[in-house]
Amino acid sequence: MKLFKSYRRSNWAIPYALFLAIFVALPLLLIVIFAFTDNSGEFSMQNFIKFVTQPEAVNTFIYSIGIALVTTFLCILLGYPAAYILSNKNLNRSQTAVMLFILPMWINILVRTLATVALFDFIHIPLGEGALMFGMVYNFLPFMIYPIYNTLQKMDHSLIEAAQDLGAKPSTVFWKVTVPLSMPGITSGIMMVFMPTISTFAIAELLTMNNIKLFGTTIQENINNGMWNYGAALSLIMLVIIGITSLFSDGDEQSQNEGGLL
Amino acid sequence: MDNKTNTIIKIEHLSKSFGDKVVLNDINLDIRRGEFITLLGPSGCGKTTLLRMIAGFLKPDSGAIVMDGNNITEVPPHLRPLNTVFQRYALFPHLNVYENIAFGLKLNKVPAQEIETRIRKALRMVSMTDYEDRDVNSLSGGQQQRVAIARAIVNRPKVLLLDEPLAALDLKMRKDMQMELKQMHQELGITFIYVTHDQEEALTLSDTVVVMSDGKIQQIGTPIDIYNEPINSFVADFIGESNILNGTMAHDLEVEFIGHTFECVDKGFGSNAPVDVVVRPEDIYIIANAENAKFTGTVKSCIFKGVHYEMFVETDKGYELMIQDYNAFEVGSTVGMFIKPSDIHVMQKERICNTFEGRMTSPTTVEILGAEFECADCGLKEGDNIYASVNFNRVELQDNKEDGTVMGEVEFILYKGNHYHLTVLTDDGEKVYVDTNDIWDKGDLVGISISASDLHITKRV
Repeated sequence: MKLFKSYRRSNWAIPYALFLAIFVALPLLLIVIFAFTDNSGEFSMQNFIKFVTQPEAVNTFIYSIGIALVTTFLCILLGYPAAYILSNKNLNRSQTAVMLFILPMWINILVRTLATVALFDFIHIPLGEGALMFGMVYNFLPFMIYPIYNTLQKMDHSLIEAAQDLGAKPSTVFWKVTVPLSMPGITSGIMMVFMPTISTFAIAELLTMNNIKLFGTTIQENINNGMWNYGAALSLIMLVIIGITSLFSDGDEQSQNEGGLL
Repeated sequence: MDNKTNTIIKIEHLSKSFGDKVVLNDINLDIRRGEFITLLGPSGCGKTTLLRMIAGFLKPDSGAIVMDGNNITEVPPHLRPLNTVFQRYALFPHLNVYENIAFGLKLNKVPAQEIETRIRKALRMVSMTDYEDRDVNSLSGGQQQRVAIARAIVNRPKVLLLDEPLAALDLKMRKDMQMELKQMHQELGITFIYVTHDQEEALTLSDTVVVMSDGKIQQIGTPIDIYNEPINSFVADFIGESNILNGTMAHDLEVEFIGHTFECVDKGFGSNAPVDVVVRPEDIYIIANAENAKFTGTVKSCIFKGVHYEMFVETDKGYELMIQDYNAFEVGSTVGMFIKPSDIHVMQKERICNTFEGRMTSPTTVEILGAEFECADCGLKEGDNIYASVNFNRVELQDNKEDGTVMGEVEFILYKGNHYHLTVLTDDGEKVYVDTNDIWDKGDLVGISISASDLHITKRV
């Protein structure tokens, strides 16, 4: 009977709290502990010093951020017009077209990448940096399109009419009203693309035949080779970078309310 | 003043359909410079479509809009010298009050100094001084509407379009804003084109009211004309409360309705012509002494409405009338009533029976309203083109829509004192007019049937 007396609805949250503690909080804590200790378990900054003094690791890090930035930029460049066309009732009325753009999101990223490798091989396009960029953009484009499409579709059409009414020609309407109002979708898209691209390693390995190393690859190699402390330190650095990007979008309250996918 | 300079916008033969639905049907309208003109009608009558065409957001299928002598039908909205106040404000959420109002001025390259002074003036006009830096999302509905008005008038348009601007505000606020809009119109001296479904608002604000229904203009006139001299039963019913009754014009200056003969001021209908008679509820005089009255009746209900009492009285001949009076009369009491000749408004009947075009499918069957009806043999053969007519009270409506020969939807209901006059829209978009004592609601789906003996067939050549 005691069990019933102490019954509280909040108890239902216990399984989730346990899950979060074991699979999210604990690993994060372990990453921090490992990052700030050496092999013998003593506190040490040695891992970070190693990172800063090793040009190879720093270069990979900068290169990875560069690749992530270019990928994100290309995704906006390709994704925004696509989302605009899909959401415009005059240009597209079919839900099928939207589905075709979103569909790749349902297929495992490794399967898609392996297929890309096979395709490039078949049409004799050499693997390398170009193939890597293609693979990244191809894989992450839907994550950019969808949130932008969502905000554009929810946008109040009378705002566009109001701008026209006040004397704005179509290009002015686009830059002064449509783009600013779709910023929540763009921010959301950037987060969906930029963050995962920093830590990608599978795409890079497969599409460059292991010739180009991204930061994710470096972390994976270190952990695989038993260098847990150094690997943890590198992971922590990456987490900090991701954390900083998410701060940018958090500043805008609007994006939380009207935002796309997140 | 001659017509050329006096008319600012001329609308010629404007038509528009969305798919099969005709939203505007050959609209012709002259809008005078500086007037406050209201497009009034129930939802779906085409008033907003017409306004959006004037603004340039929609293109007509045919016809032209001429402004100051220039045909602007094909001119895109950003090049038209008019501004719109939208129903749901449409303020830019990413800009503050000042930036919202400055939007149009900046696009027109107005010098910064002038922008500043013009915005201050516009804000003063809408009583929103000191709100420049506010976020538009933090404003109340009424305040947002004021900013929307300021954003439109700051550009000094020749014509201001207002699309139900007060519809989202509460009653008290709406009344205040009406007065302010009227005052603003006088101060600015520009043309206002106002869209509303609220007849009281239209009467309060306008110089000219355009009553619309079914994509057509029913009547154009001053508020007083529209109220006192409605052109048909639709306008009479839509504007204010009214008793609309079937009558017969015995001869000039004498009309018979509700079983009595009344002196009136109308003439030119011919003798024994069927007419519609409109009497406003405040124009029926009601007295406790039944003996000297023109006609008598029994009070059925009496409700206090603030300024007056609203009573339903059943007359000696079985008609029900709505009467408004400052005095209350007890329910069940016998009362006497008078109507002054000048308060009786007589209108030509639009039709006295249903007439459909069709053709014979055999000597005793006829195809009308997209279905086959039986009819009496009148010597016509298969394939002959015919007109079929049926009296309003001979059309039968069935609850179960499958029971009728064709299906329809009740579109409009008019109470005629002792029966209802319904407009039923069939599936192929034809209208069937029905007189009935049964109570139907707008939007009811009904089956329509007509018995063979009630269908009168004449040959069509």
